[in-house]
Amino acid sequence: MTDTPLFKVNGVSKFYGARTGCADVSFELYPGEVLAIVGESGSGKTTLLNCVSTRLPPSAGSVEYRMRDGQFRDLYRMSEAERRFLMRTDWGFVHQNPADGLRMTVSAGANAGERLMAIGQRHYGNIRSTAAEWLERVEISIDRIDDQPRAFSGGMRQRLQIARNLITGPRLVFMDEPTGGLDVSVQARLLDLIRSLVNDLGLAVIIVTHDLAVARLLSHRMMVMRNGRVIESGLTDRVLDDPREPYTQLLVSSILQV
Amino acid sequence: MPTPLVVSDVKKSFIMHLRGGLVLPVVTDVNFSVASGECAVLSGPSGVGKSSILKMLYGNYAVDNGQILVSHEGRTLDMATASPRTILDIRKKTMGYVSQFLRTVPRVSALDVVAEPLTARGMGQEEARERAGEMLSMLNLPKALWQLPPSTFSGGEQQRVNIARGFITDHRILLVDEPTASLDAMNRGVVEELIAAKKRDGVAIIGIFHDLDVREKVADRLIDVSAFSPRKKAA
Repeated sequence: MTDTPLFKVNGVSKFYGARTGCADVSFELYPGEVLAIVGESGSGKTTLLNCVSTRLPPSAGSVEYRMRDGQFRDLYRMSEAERRFLMRTDWGFVHQNPADGLRMTVSAGANAGERLMAIGQRHYGNIRSTAAEWLERVEISIDRIDDQPRAFSGGMRQRLQIARNLITGPRLVFMDEPTGGLDVSVQARLLDLIRSLVNDLGLAVIIVTHDLAVARLLSHRMMVMRNGRVIESGLTDRVLDDPREPYTQLLVSSILQV
Repeated sequence: MPTPLVVSDVKKSFIMHLRGGLVLPVVTDVNFSVASGECAVLSGPSGVGKSSILKMLYGNYAVDNGQILVSHEGRTLDMATASPRTILDIRKKTMGYVSQFLRTVPRVSALDVVAEPLTARGMGQEEARERAGEMLSMLNLPKALWQLPPSTFSGGEQQRVNIARGFITDHRILLVDEPTASLDAMNRGVVEELIAAKKRDGVAIIGIFHDLDVREKVADRLIDVSAFSPRKKAA
């Protein structure tokens, strides 16, 4: 068990004028740990995800990340260039809508390989062969490498987005409803893929979802949000099997049994 | 004999906020310990709180108060207050749990379901699968099923996958909830033998067995859970 966290969030709040996006959220994330943030629409989970992933500056609080040299750096005290480099190499961000995370008009191979250039690879043949390996890993047939993601189904686009993010060997990946809007069968396949990649690569993941079944399958720990605040947190199976807070009990009791 | 599990003054109730804050007391003043190489069996009628106790021991249910002390890598830790990370580490290395039902993951084969606790501890995929295969053969699960995800299996087949997964590790504490409920006589015998082998290896086992015949064979001691019932105390 490693004793140093990878990521430290302290008192993060975001206000939109008089409205609260999220308020006073603190947590730590360790290498290999998957944290689910759950709650209904408007509970502040996406605001929180954006605040901790440098996509939206918080109104208050700090977010620190342990760099590869072992030093913690406050993300909002880095230069914009440093932050962008971090996001393109050591981090990944999987959007709910693959079109937000892919370039829809360049080939699948180029989409997968693009981030390799950010870490200094220039040899076309090497980039293409690594891209091909990753397409295979996310179960996209190699004869689709020159096709544009516009021609892909929703599930394939999402798998391509995952390959594009993981190709640089990131240590931390943010996911915003990665299985939202997909058919159940496509969702199951994607969940299984995410689960095995996370295990094999030892990734730390922060995943936002409103689907408690997804949280149960993928996460170790979860935080339940309501009105911008974390109202309950703990081991995923504990929160789901023995919810303590009234709102968590309502959420859990609202799951439809199949 | 070392005592890797000590339960002291544990109390548990459910507060049903959706039912106007109704309080359902489950157990109170739970006190017992389990020694290495011993199989203690929780007894008492259904609904008395046996499964709830196992779930608290595993960190799956929260505890109102009291301590659940576990020897983990030379240290004594309290499951009732441990952090999620610590609980996961204890589950990975020290405390195993054979639940009543298998929670299946889509697309993962039975063989890999069984091998998973070993690969999680760093064993190579091939060696882990080989060991998983041995366990499944021992439990007479037809080889044709090994590569299939267990979600379509019969109750007894799923239970055997679950047992194989629970018994494959060298956890020092093992919690077992009705492992023989849907098994035929031959496989019940295999489970009895697996439990006997764990006891010889010095594993502390705590379980629930409704089958009196199996209980007779494996139990060293009965813990009467009705003694922890808050209703009885009130009467």
